[in-house]
Amino acid sequence: MAERNNMKEQILRTSGVNPLKCMRCGKCSATCPAYDEMEYHPHQFVYMVETGDIEPLLNSESFYKCLTCFACVDRCPRSVEPAKLVEAARLMVIREQGKNRLKPDDIPAQLDEDMPQQLLVSALRKYSK
Amino acid sequence: MQRIGVFVCWCGTNIAGTVDVVKVAQTLANEPGVVFSADYQYMCSQAGQDMIKEAVKKHKLTGLVICSCSPRMHEATFRKTAAAAGLNPYMVEIANIREQCSWVHKEMPIGTEKAIILGKAAVAKVNLNAPLTPGESPVTKRALVIGGGIAGIQTALDIADAGFPVDIVEKLPTIGGKMAQLDKTFPTLDCAACILTPKMVDAGQHEKIRIFSYSEVTDIGGFVGNFHVTIKKKARYVREDLCTGCGLCTEKCPQKKVPNEFNLGMDTRRAIYIPFAQAVPKIAAIDEDYCTMLKTGKCGVCAKVCTAGAIDYKQQDEYITVDYGAIVAATGYNPISMDKFDEFAYSQSKDVITSLEFERLTNAAGPTAGKLLRPSDGKHPHTIVFVQCVGSRCSGADKGKEYCSKICCMYTAKHAMLTRDKYPDTDVYVFYIDVRTPGKNFDEFYRRAVEEYGVHYIKGMVGKVTPDGDKLVVQASDLLAGKQMKIDADLVVLAAAIEPDKSARPLATLLTASMDTNDFFTEAHPKLRPVESPTAGVFLSGTCQGPKDIPETVSQAGAAASKVIGLLAKDKLMGNPCVAHSDEMMCNGCSSCEKVCPYGAITYADKEYRMPDRTTKVRRVAVVNEAVCQGCGCCTVACPSGAMDLKGFASAQIMAEVDAICK
Repeated sequence: MAERNNMKEQILRTSGVNPLKCMRCGKCSATCPAYDEMEYHPHQFVYMVETGDIEPLLNSESFYKCLTCFACVDRCPRSVEPAKLVEAARLMVIREQGKNRLKPDDIPAQLDEDMPQQLLVSALRKYSK
Repeated sequence: MQRIGVFVCWCGTNIAGTVDVVKVAQTLANEPGVVFSADYQYMCSQAGQDMIKEAVKKHKLTGLVICSCSPRMHEATFRKTAAAAGLNPYMVEIANIREQCSWVHKEMPIGTEKAIILGKAAVAKVNLNAPLTPGESPVTKRALVIGGGIAGIQTALDIADAGFPVDIVEKLPTIGGKMAQLDKTFPTLDCAACILTPKMVDAGQHEKIRIFSYSEVTDIGGFVGNFHVTIKKKARYVREDLCTGCGLCTEKCPQKKVPNEFNLGMDTRRAIYIPFAQAVPKIAAIDEDYCTMLKTGKCGVCAKVCTAGAIDYKQQDEYITVDYGAIVAATGYNPISMDKFDEFAYSQSKDVITSLEFERLTNAAGPTAGKLLRPSDGKHPHTIVFVQCVGSRCSGADKGKEYCSKICCMYTAKHAMLTRDKYPDTDVYVFYIDVRTPGKNFDEFYRRAVEEYGVHYIKGMVGKVTPDGDKLVVQASDLLAGKQMKIDADLVVLAAAIEPDKSARPLATLLTASMDTNDFFTEAHPKLRPVESPTAGVFLSGTCQGPKDIPETVSQAGAAASKVIGLLAKDKLMGNPCVAHSDEMMCNGCSSCEKVCPYGAITYADKEYRMPDRTTKVRRVAVVNEAVCQGCGCCTVACPSGAMDLKGFASAQIMAEVDAICK
């Protein structure tokens, strides 16, 4: 139970989303272009995080199917921002798997001319605590 | 020095059960100014009141302290007792030793100690009390109703039937409002025009009602009972005294391409027009934005065909000032703009319409003469999707409204049911988040749409609408089935949220009436004074106060009228004497008080003062209008120089109470 609460807290903190704002209209799932690819759908993500039922979510492929197109964020009438929950869940999994493999010291060796700076920034955001 | 009498009430065991009333009376007898102290079982009874009156005479009392229940309960009672004994009623103070003492404490010593402290505070205050006399002001026996929809019409009719003259100011050329645009009304399905137009005619013909159509309120001065209102009668270029409403001009006008706002732009009208056949007053108006004569000076067809000679191209806006005793705001609502909801393709397809547009499409007097035809190609739609809560119940985003618009569930059920009734070959889908049907016969009505008329109600929201050829692809959630669905629709109807009319905010400023963050007028008390504004003499009718349907609007309109009648029936208004007043010698004219006054009761005057050196100086000082002041005390806190004070609750009196408690 403590573990469950921990995961919920971490997702809420990373995403800044308050799932209690959801009024369960389903507009996020109505608008999602990847709906058919998913086992759990955007409105279910929100509800599962709200109830702390996060384990099945993490064990499912569903949240890797999210294209981060932000249609749900744009159209949600309650400003819940479901895509941010999805992103937070992805980050949590990556971090739990210990894939903090990007260390600042290693960066110079990895640099090449064609690499956009933005990639480094997002890589650090994803892989480093 | 006052001669104070203290009267401690037992209230049976209510007080005496936890407070040693005898000890309270004995202790308070030693307070400064107290010359008489007694206790009694029921002070509010006739015997108790007689005891007070006798004590006033016998001991020549000048002030009274009653230790009893809350002043809400019996302050008025004891003030009357004091008046009957020849005292000024404002020389009475109540120490609340029941609700704030005996009822919240269980132990006698604690209750008794607190009762004594509360009594001491009241004695300290009475020592500084001064007799107060309420001011009087006369009442102008005429009411103003701003807005001529069903709310304004009903309010005006009810006031006029009670015998008081009423003026309706309506910004459009006719009264009738939104209800005139509706087809049928839920849940009885009677025709809106059939029940509204007789009321419009009644208002138009009532000898006590004047209608200022095509007019706006531009200025409001004065206060309750004595408002001075400036009304702008916009130039309609047609003389109201001559026009017979024959309509010939509206047929002959060569400018045919003016969007017809009565049909929400779905057809056109002429530049000279009468909004609809049953308009009241039935007088034409020229739309100056489109009239060729007014713009270029070349045309004049309407003047040529008018047999009454009513056309006057030189007409100017006219301003008139009228006095009123009471003002009713009845400014109504509008559906919100769909501009920010791109996902529903409202701006991309003519076949995505709002519910109000749907009303016109099904109305016999509408652009399609009542046949349900698609705006794009005039074909009969076979699949119709209704989307509820469009822009209602939104939060955080800059689009939409946070509140439930209240009427959409019912009118959507009505639209769906009527469509299935008239065109059984049509598939009708309604996407809902919740179906809210609290109201008499409301849920039965909705269930009939589902069970008898076969309307498909689907729990879920529409995500997007994509025009595809002559179809509209509707992508939506079916939450109960757990699937995303697509429907090829011919027509999509959006239940757009409603918002207060744009004229409400500037009007509230003129009235100094308060509004909430959504621009709905605020009521004086949400439960107990629902049709009064906190500003005295201003009343609220209809949707300007919050979303509501027709039956509720009519009830509220009647309630507002009864409050107006209650005010106008008085010859004089007795003010509350506990109002603010400014010490002119201390006032530095800084305007702090004026800025915080919620009632607009404070103005400034330039007054001449003799200075110590015998010169004369003009100083700007605050002046409180005692008829408008509600005694809230905001100004006394805001005043940096301590010039503002509240009669009956002066800072010195409050400090004396605090001192007595802290001693």
